[in-house]
Amino acid sequence: MSSLRLLARATPVNRSTPFASIARRGLATPAKHQVSIVTGATLSNLLDGDGEEIYEIVDRGKVRDALNQAMEEEMRRDEKVFLLGEEVAQYNGAYKVSRGLLDKFGAKRVIDTPITEMGFTGIAVGAALKGLKPICEFMTFNFAMQAIDQIVNSAAKTKYMSGGTVECPIVFRGPNGAAAGVGAQHSQCYAAWYGSVPGLKVVSPWNAEDAKGLLKAAIRDPNPVVVLENELMYGVEFPVSEEVLKDDFVIEIGKAKVEKEGKDITIVAHSKAVGESIAAAEQLEKEGIKVEVINLRSIRPLDIDTIVKSVKKTNHLVTVEGGWPQFGVGSEIAAQVLESEAFDHLDAPVLRVTGADIPTPYAKNLEEFAFPRVETIVKTVRKSLERKQ
Amino acid sequence: MLTSLARSALTRAQPIISIAARPSSTRTLWSSLRRSFATEVDQSGDTFHIRFRDNDFASHKCEPIPLEATTTKKELVDLFRTMVAIRYLESACDQAYKSKLIRGFCHLSTGQEAVAAGMEAAITKEDAIITAYRCHGFALTRGQSATAIIAELMGKETGSSKGKGGSMHIFGPEFYGGNGIVGAQVPLGAGVALAQKYMGLNAMTFSLYGDGAANQGQVFEAYNMAKLWDLPVAFVCENNLYGMGTSAARAAASTQYYTRGDYIPGIRVNGRDALAVKAGCTYARDWTLSGKGPIVMEMVTYRYGGHSMSDPGTTYRTREEIQNMRSNSDPITGHKQRLEEFGVLSAEEMKAIEKEIRAEIDQAVKDAKAAREPDVKELYTEIYCKGTEPVRARGCAPDEVHTY
Repeated sequence: MSSLRLLARATPVNRSTPFASIARRGLATPAKHQVSIVTGATLSNLLDGDGEEIYEIVDRGKVRDALNQAMEEEMRRDEKVFLLGEEVAQYNGAYKVSRGLLDKFGAKRVIDTPITEMGFTGIAVGAALKGLKPICEFMTFNFAMQAIDQIVNSAAKTKYMSGGTVECPIVFRGPNGAAAGVGAQHSQCYAAWYGSVPGLKVVSPWNAEDAKGLLKAAIRDPNPVVVLENELMYGVEFPVSEEVLKDDFVIEIGKAKVEKEGKDITIVAHSKAVGESIAAAEQLEKEGIKVEVINLRSIRPLDIDTIVKSVKKTNHLVTVEGGWPQFGVGSEIAAQVLESEAFDHLDAPVLRVTGADIPTPYAKNLEEFAFPRVETIVKTVRKSLERKQ
Repeated sequence: MLTSLARSALTRAQPIISIAARPSSTRTLWSSLRRSFATEVDQSGDTFHIRFRDNDFASHKCEPIPLEATTTKKELVDLFRTMVAIRYLESACDQAYKSKLIRGFCHLSTGQEAVAAGMEAAITKEDAIITAYRCHGFALTRGQSATAIIAELMGKETGSSKGKGGSMHIFGPEFYGGNGIVGAQVPLGAGVALAQKYMGLNAMTFSLYGDGAANQGQVFEAYNMAKLWDLPVAFVCENNLYGMGTSAARAAASTQYYTRGDYIPGIRVNGRDALAVKAGCTYARDWTLSGKGPIVMEMVTYRYGGHSMSDPGTTYRTREEIQNMRSNSDPITGHKQRLEEFGVLSAEEMKAIEKEIRAEIDQAVKDAKAAREPDVKELYTEIYCKGTEPVRARGCAPDEVHTY
């Protein structure tokens, strides 16, 4: 991501621009005063002569670039930070997230591992116990199940079991949840599993800003942090502000973000589902329903305060996630809302939109029904509000 | 392995004890003989030259450990004191457990004292040790006080982990526990070694595991990466011949644990002789710090007690076998004989030292008993690093909320 800053006159986003088409797919939303340069030709498309407001055009970047930048900056900042995982070095990353890092930092700090998750995760945790700050990459979190004992028993619990005397400043990161056509063993979401473990912090970035800010925060955090990325989001471009491009841009772990303000109903989502939720919100806005979309950003600690504040305003809550319904993130949010003062403000039960309670199928048409679609969110919002079509 | 050892020991003109193991197969145990410890060759002042026996060591793809070694009066006395302290510490834990002052898991290393004592004598404070749950002896040698260890087992706030870990989670300076999941500590140890190499320290790590854990997959994953990356780690199998109630031969297709590293050289050491342990650990330390990468060690030793305080240890072993081990190769008895033969300490002096250490341990038990249990607020502390805690932590009920 480079840092261009250009002032120009433009109208509010024209629905026909390439940028707007991305917004329609629910993958990105322009902030109120942001317009982005997608290609050189786009700028003239955006200017239609009648605009009165002056927008600051900022740059945009893909989620993988944001993650790459986060790791590079933190590795420059602290010599103890290093990366290990399968294909992170010479291959430049299975998903190219670590592209260029081997060239910049050398083999001591960017380490290709054999395909032995339990072993290399144990090694990473051991290095953290000794005082280094490893970033342990899993090609996907499905493979981290091989190593989950090291994550939970060797990393998460150690500070407590040692009476505080031993710390474990490690980051576990990699793609989590649905991809496209990769089948049941490669599509599971682990947010609920890791989110239940005291001693871990768990974050789930959605866009490029989240990716950079949360990964930097995770690397700087002295506790073990699980960063649940999403493979389908790696290649998605988002506008980012000048602030995000700075090398000290950090997002507080444990704070959710209100991506879109509303007054009629609250949607809480994390990761890719935030995009779908925003798209659903925009669709509903046309009917006069003002949806407030909260991007959780952190699974653990869960920012229940932001959710409660919103529910007290809107009186309706729908949760959206890609993971399985039983014992999931939405279940936890519903339980905490029910136990909170927000209960008395609910005009409808909390409704959850989740992945289907099935192993992920391969056939494209089936896979589409295995995960929440924009239509799923829209109809669930309607149900909560008891609106007819 | 055992049979050929037995054969070589026959040259000493004493019978090898053959034990009938359950069910009915006959097994020859590797058993040291009376007066089996390394004997003096010559003495000059306070330095003693000793010669180990042929079967005190074996090597796999590396040069054998020299059978000649030197030791000093100070070292001999220190080893004695250390082993006696571990023995009395474990005995105190045994009694406290039976008095219900210690609960849950308690795995004693009585009989294995020479491993912890000999290892500590070979290394520096910058080197690291990590082991599994049979960790009290190592905690002591690495610098935790007996009081802190016993208090931890008793769940007191003065415990080494503030009473929040228990017997299996005792840590100390460059001592990474104390680990409860069998085998998990092995790659952790390789990771500590990676960090030592990364930081450019002149230090290495001993990563210990038992004969039971030696079959874990992650051990071999750790071997592989340690060898690939030349990590300064010694993988040490503390072979006490039983993984809980399962004899080594019933669990391992190959019980030659020092060769299980295959492409990693290995040495087998008589783990009942503290000087042999020290020699083996010195060899291993030099190996790993000279850039040769990892090495595997097997310390052949024996525990008199069961796997833990819940296991009498006699349903899978004969009392005869246990008694033979006590009589013929006890690390402390053998070392005392050596001290006497070398004229380092008289019997009275040794008794005085034992009495002194006994009193120290008794005092430690007293202090631990008198200490308080941790304050209830400690339920919620040390889950996260100070200043990085979440807003609140939930207790057992919605109204039980701890705010940070």
